[in-house]
Amino acid sequence: MLKVFSQLGEYLLLMHQVFKRPEKFRIFHQQTVKEVESIGLESLWIVSIISVFMGAVATIQMAFNIDTPLIPKFTIGFATRQTVVLEFSPTMISLILAGKVGSRIASEIGTMRVTEQIDALEIMGVNPANHLILPKIAASIFINPILIIISMVLALLGGWLVGISTNLVTTTDYILGLRAFYQSSDIAYALIKTGVFAFLITSISGFYGYRTRGGAEDVGKASTKAVVQSSIFIILFNLILTQLLLND
Amino acid sequence: MIEVNHISKSFNGNQVLFDITTRFTKGRNNLIIGRSGSGKTVLLKCIIGLYTIDDGDILYEDKSLMAMDFESRKNLRKEFGTLFQGGALFSSLNVEENVMFPLTMNTDMGNKEKLDRVNFCLQRVRLENANKLYPSQLSGGMTKRVAIARAIALNPRYLFCDEPNSGLDPSTANVIDKLINEITEEYQITTIVNTHDMNSVMEIGDQVAFIHEGHLWWEGSRDDILQSDNKELNDFVFATELTRKLKR
Repeated sequence: MLKVFSQLGEYLLLMHQVFKRPEKFRIFHQQTVKEVESIGLESLWIVSIISVFMGAVATIQMAFNIDTPLIPKFTIGFATRQTVVLEFSPTMISLILAGKVGSRIASEIGTMRVTEQIDALEIMGVNPANHLILPKIAASIFINPILIIISMVLALLGGWLVGISTNLVTTTDYILGLRAFYQSSDIAYALIKTGVFAFLITSISGFYGYRTRGGAEDVGKASTKAVVQSSIFIILFNLILTQLLLND
Repeated sequence: MIEVNHISKSFNGNQVLFDITTRFTKGRNNLIIGRSGSGKTVLLKCIIGLYTIDDGDILYEDKSLMAMDFESRKNLRKEFGTLFQGGALFSSLNVEENVMFPLTMNTDMGNKEKLDRVNFCLQRVRLENANKLYPSQLSGGMTKRVAIARAIALNPRYLFCDEPNSGLDPSTANVIDKLINEITEEYQITTIVNTHDMNSVMEIGDQVAFIHEGHLWWEGSRDDILQSDNKELNDFVFATELTRKLKR
């Protein structure tokens, strides 16, 4: 228990260093743009593939589970939309990004630590936590919601494609379902969750990378811890945010 | 001048440095020698403020490092040039960007001015035409020379070198020693070099401090070493049959 509080204290102290005013805004801006590319755009391919297939599977599952004339066919589109918008895209894709982006951040910063590059930054009068972690947090909070919106669109597209190609649902019914009982607050809920998850992934991974000591093996351990802890906190905050945001 | 007054340092109850007092003079090569694990690197990292000391004080031109606030420390560090054991070059930046980095972060120089300074520093370490190479494309000797170029980019008042010759062949090691010596004399800076390379000691050791099991065991010049009857120093310096024959 003491270890948990000690780590939480270390994390908060690191965040205090991270959220200081950047030394040079031009450098911060350049770093953030670079991170948008490596965190966001390089994840686009995996996010797209998973989204299309998950949307397709969601539609098939709905169709087979609502196989009764008492429930209208448009429910398939409606249920697919709700699944994708409320949970699949913000939570599942964030978990996948925790694996891909989290391990990358932890191993990058961890390697910089063990090869004394972070010491070198500190000696040059640069705040290393701010210089290395803040652009990653800013970039992911900016790009992850965009990735999630793309994921939603592609998942619904995947659902439609599999629905019409297997005759489980017609285009008219599917689109009717997508438009039924639409609430814009659902999208807001998804995007708020995504922003929080983006912060958790980058800050937790940055923390584990930053406190790495030793050599290559320790970098690997830091990377694993970053992914595991980010995933646990995503699940935990998913529960908290769902209760807070959907409870009127 | 840098003064170290009665400093001690321990890690998790394991004391590494015991009551060390010495001074490092301007315009001279001040060498810290000792076996691996004797505490040389810890001492150097305490002097540059990467480790917080348990007791004692470190004075830069009579100003206490311990009494400095975050900003004063940051400003002092802008006067540091540091050569880390592995070079600690930023792997994502090429040679030119690595040498330019401290200029970008700590000055308001324009691009042309910075590039001129980078080329001057690279010329100074005899590394012309390597501007666009990445650290992974450099040999050990080249890495050290780029690290020296980066260390002198801001015209430092203090130069710290941790094992500058580790992993280098004797001839390249000699080139690095001569470079450090030239830079120290030319710019009249206070240089501290951590080493266990006896060729370096004999080549550039104006003032030598021998650390043994965390204690300052002996101090003197390279000529004094030959006359000393200190057992631990002699065991360390004249460890091989060849050096013992040379002493006789």
